[in-house]
Amino acid sequence: MNKKKSILESNVFYTLIAIAAGFLIGAVFLMIAGISPATAYGKLLSSVFGKPKYLVWTLIYASPLIFTGLSVAFSFRTGVFNIGAEGQFVVGSLAACTIGILVDLPAWIHVPLCILAAAAAGMVWSLFVGLLKVKRGIHEVLSFIMFNWIAFYLSNYVVNLKIIHKEGGGEATKDVLDSAKILFPEGLQKALDCSSANWGFIMALVAAAVIWVIIEKTTLGYKLKAVGYNSHGALYGGINADASVLTALGISGALAGLGGAVQILGMAGRLSQFAGQEGFGFEGITVALIGSSSPIGCIFSGIFYGAMKYGGSKLSMVKAPSEVVNIIMGCVILFIAISQVFRMLFARFTKKEGK
Amino acid sequence: MDVLIKNLGLLINATLIATPPLLLAALGSCFSERSGVVNIGIEGMMTIGAFTGAVMGLVLGNGWAAFFCAGLAGAAFGVIHAVACISFHADQTIAGTAINFFGPGLAVFLCKAMFDNSSDTPAMDPSCKLPKLFEGVFPVGSFWNNVLNVYSAAYLVFILAFVCWFVFYKTKFGAHLRAVGEHPEACESLGIDVYKVRYICVILSGFLAGLGGAFVTLATINQFRPSVIVGQGFIAIAAVIFGKFSPGGAMKACLLFGLCNGIKTLAAQSNTVSPNLISMIPYIVTILALVLFVGKAHTPAANGKIFVKSK
Repeated sequence: MNKKKSILESNVFYTLIAIAAGFLIGAVFLMIAGISPATAYGKLLSSVFGKPKYLVWTLIYASPLIFTGLSVAFSFRTGVFNIGAEGQFVVGSLAACTIGILVDLPAWIHVPLCILAAAAAGMVWSLFVGLLKVKRGIHEVLSFIMFNWIAFYLSNYVVNLKIIHKEGGGEATKDVLDSAKILFPEGLQKALDCSSANWGFIMALVAAAVIWVIIEKTTLGYKLKAVGYNSHGALYGGINADASVLTALGISGALAGLGGAVQILGMAGRLSQFAGQEGFGFEGITVALIGSSSPIGCIFSGIFYGAMKYGGSKLSMVKAPSEVVNIIMGCVILFIAISQVFRMLFARFTKKEGK
Repeated sequence: MDVLIKNLGLLINATLIATPPLLLAALGSCFSERSGVVNIGIEGMMTIGAFTGAVMGLVLGNGWAAFFCAGLAGAAFGVIHAVACISFHADQTIAGTAINFFGPGLAVFLCKAMFDNSSDTPAMDPSCKLPKLFEGVFPVGSFWNNVLNVYSAAYLVFILAFVCWFVFYKTKFGAHLRAVGEHPEACESLGIDVYKVRYICVILSGFLAGLGGAFVTLATINQFRPSVIVGQGFIAIAAVIFGKFSPGGAMKACLLFGLCNGIKTLAAQSNTVSPNLISMIPYIVTILALVLFVGKAHTPAANGKIFVKSK
């Protein structure tokens, strides 16, 4: 128990160092660009904590990221690398958007239908890759990247279909019907002073709790982790490794698809044509890494990333490019990726001290 | 008939314009992957190259010098990837993902900082771009003018592919880099400096990816925009795998993907097939190729694996 705790603490410790280093490098680039880091970071802070409604916005931004973060974290824990959360997110949002526009149903059935369709779409998209891996031995990272781009162009294709495209130009679909939206009731929206406030964050919390239970408390989670840890050993122990990989990828894909549904049915309300990849899936990798691949950690890191994104979008007010957020986050991932070495050095150092 | 020939000329032209950026990045990827380091950061390195090329073109007014600077900028990111993956044993896919955040973020950040908060660089004068080799040799509108109306760097790229093939299969360094990607432990016991070979290969992959990005901004168009590099880096990786990790195979795959792009350009004009559907072709072809030819395509055995030098 004691040991477990110290590992957890060290994870958080190294993550905080990585985040600090990311901000430091971001500050260097801000200074190179002739912008005072104090002004920019001050704006970042005040646009997140300045008013209660800003915090609501932060949570709205965080919701889809928690989902993609959970998706990637779940895949990490089960020994596969879901770099395809991006594509699963896109097909999920595509499914939610299509059904949200084309099917007219009462809200109590419309919303679940959209959400289920999104989860199913994400799951199928991920299972394609899983089957390629299991049946043909094709490395998942590669096929995920391919499927990300297929989803990207598929989405752009569907957005431009007449039946769904918003009339009178623009590069987006029609708005999702009100019966499919997951917005808070009007009274609550008024109380929060935010017309985009929605159930997404609550859904993300529930999803994180469910995934935590699956990983930590069920036989299924144990099996999946065993395969991820050592597939040969798991096979020897009587676990069907192929089925486990498929299950893991299916759940991971469904989570990313749900993220797409939350984004469309909650904040966006419609699907726009992409100029470049939206990045929710890739940002999910960061969320998972910062959250040390723990479902509960993903909630916090998702909120952190949501705050960075929302705060970053306000940076142009102080003439600072919002892309500094990408620079910071890129550095954070890089530092977490190389932290293993420091951990080893640190361990060796303390061992010598002990002697 | 005339229309057909004209369209054929335009198609070849569009292919010759779309292929070089892919091929440059793919050749870089060959070096990195064959030496045992997965580099999915190619996309980010191309973006930084595209930006550097556009800015240096404006500053220096010389296309070739700007092109070279873009390569150096890509190489700088190659150094980051190499240090993280080789010396610090980072997960190579994650380090590449970090570069894909960092590179494009930095490019647009610097662009906004330099050009009054605009995410596009100003358009370049044609004299700042890479020169065209056959400008004015053939009458305007003729078949050959349509075909050969491309920037000279395009021809250079195909020569470079041959040079890479030569390095890979006819030089000692090539033998080392291929061996290092298969069995680094054995190489080390033979006295090959695994780290050094991998460093060279990863930095080279950054250099070539930077050139690939710059080809877009210095030849294909005349400025940097955040949307100039959208997936070319990933197509290049697909081409390398499709081409079985060899420079020659990668070149054929890049030509095929370039042709897809050419068809897309023509189809966009005629408005018959959605360009979005045609854009999917390279990715679907890659998946199909992997499904059909699996087993025949040999992935370097040590690819993606962390190698720790023995003391």
